Amino acid sequence: MARSALSLRNVDACYGDSHVLHGVSFELAEGRLLGLLGRNGAGKSTCMNVVVGLLGARAGEVELFGEAVTRYPPERIAACGVSLVPQGRRVFRTLTVRENLAVAARRPRRTGAAPWTEERVFEMFPRLSERRNQTAGLLSGGEQQMLAIGRALMGNPRVLLMDEPSEGLAPQIVADVGRIIGRLKADGLSIVLVEQNLKLTLELADDVVIINTGRVAFRGSAAEVAADHALVAQNLGIF
Amino acid sequence: MPPGAVRALCLGAALAVLAALPWWMANPYYVNIASQILFWAVFALALNVLVGYAGLTSLGHAGLFGMAGYTAGLMLAAGAGHAAAIVAALLATLATTAIFALLALRATGIGFLMITLALGQILWGIAYRWASLTNGDNGVKLADRPAPLGLHLSSPDAFYLATFAVFLLCLASMRLFVRSPFGASVRGTRDQPRRMRTLGYNVWLVRFLAFLFSGFWTGVAGLLFVYYNQFISPQVVALQTSAEVLLMVISGGVGTLFGPVAGAAIVVVMKNVASAYVERWNMVLGIIFVLIIVFMPEGLVPGAARLVRRGYRGLRAGSGPAAAEAAASPGTAGR
Repeated sequence: MARSALSLRNVDACYGDSHVLHGVSFELAEGRLLGLLGRNGAGKSTCMNVVVGLLGARAGEVELFGEAVTRYPPERIAACGVSLVPQGRRVFRTLTVRENLAVAARRPRRTGAAPWTEERVFEMFPRLSERRNQTAGLLSGGEQQMLAIGRALMGNPRVLLMDEPSEGLAPQIVADVGRIIGRLKADGLSIVLVEQNLKLTLELADDVVIINTGRVAFRGSAAEVAADHALVAQNLGIF
Repeated sequence: MPPGAVRALCLGAALAVLAALPWWMANPYYVNIASQILFWAVFALALNVLVGYAGLTSLGHAGLFGMAGYTAGLMLAAGAGHAAAIVAALLATLATTAIFALLALRATGIGFLMITLALGQILWGIAYRWASLTNGDNGVKLADRPAPLGLHLSSPDAFYLATFAVFLLCLASMRLFVRSPFGASVRGTRDQPRRMRTLGYNVWLVRFLAFLFSGFWTGVAGLLFVYYNQFISPQVVALQTSAEVLLMVISGGVGTLFGPVAGAAIVVVMKNVASAYVERWNMVLGIIFVLIIVFMPEGLVPGAARLVRRGYRGLRAGSGPAAAEAAASPGTAGR
């Protein structure tokens, strides 16, 4: 069994008085891609916010490569090698493409994989290279998603969290994003992919966790999910 | 010629004309007004670091401005040399800025504004009431201006040239700041502080450093002010000064390099020139601000840039103004 890159153990989280996560546990193994599925409001993004430290866990533990990071502030967790591609992209709209990348740049922790640089990001996203001096707010939705991914990569993460990267994009662009995620996975990056797009997730993921109303409803392989229509209908379908 | 080269050429020509101002402007009265514009512009540029780039609106900068002026004035009155007074003034301003930042950065938005306002008023109260130290309402007089590199700044022309040199340094440092990764991170904390934290930034520290940078140039502006007037009184430290500089920044264009300079020019010219002809010059200034807000809500410099671009594209394409406006990019104005 590969080393655990990220693990949540019995995590509880609340927004004010509303209890959102109830004892959530799952594990991302190093070099694998974990698909996190669930309906709107199930608690997927909340999980991501807890991992990066934007939301404190009421109970439970978050571990990165065995290091407990539950009480760390967000900047320290980022320094531990976690990058988030946030839902809704959230690029810095008044900064140029290059500035967006420069702000996120962080030296790699270890040698081994080639470090991400501006040139490498532009190589992966030629479209961004063409628009490098453009203000990010003027990019199209797909380009902003590319930029959000590029920005996350500039942090040279060990664990990449992607929160609904296909949201609001044209099918053609979704396919592009899917190819890019596949390449990152092939490079050996450990990835959590939060999605509502079942097809995209099952194509890419090794393991799948399904969250329903703040609880883990299923934990297993992507192949099992693909085969079990009742599971999908109960936890992801719309009645 | 590429548009970048045209811009650089225009800027170079404008700076050359400004540098030569004492030679083509015979009347020392106007040379003095030009000096005032420049040091108010340094002040406005300093405030713009916080208001424009960090998204933190301060109403207490007059306190920092006055801190520099008073420290220099009191040091000189106590018999210190100019160099010692200037260094002490800058250090005192930086220390005060650090205290301001420690207290005010507990909040953002309106909270930040109110805390800086309160801190500024405390300094005003000290200048006004601690008469044994500050001489109260009578203010502090300076006997002399300094003579750096053997050039005595007592004449309007010499003082203008020195101020212009400082202004250029300030402008260059602002440009460097904006273009640097640190400048980008400051703008990032303005736009999306949470995102910056997940990228590994200590948002508080980024804001603190931006505050110190702003405070440093505010102190420099305060020094120029006190040497220009050779006098400082509590009136300078009052809220009205903070508000006036904020107006310069907002009317000229928040978060732009030349906006604060244009804003400073308008306010100083109104104060000095218009008041000679119109008794209610404050009203004229108010009307100008209203017009700016109505027609160029983004400020004078980005607004004018937008109009020029619109006219230029209309001319080139020969298309209607509507098409040109659609093509004009709002986000890049004045950058």
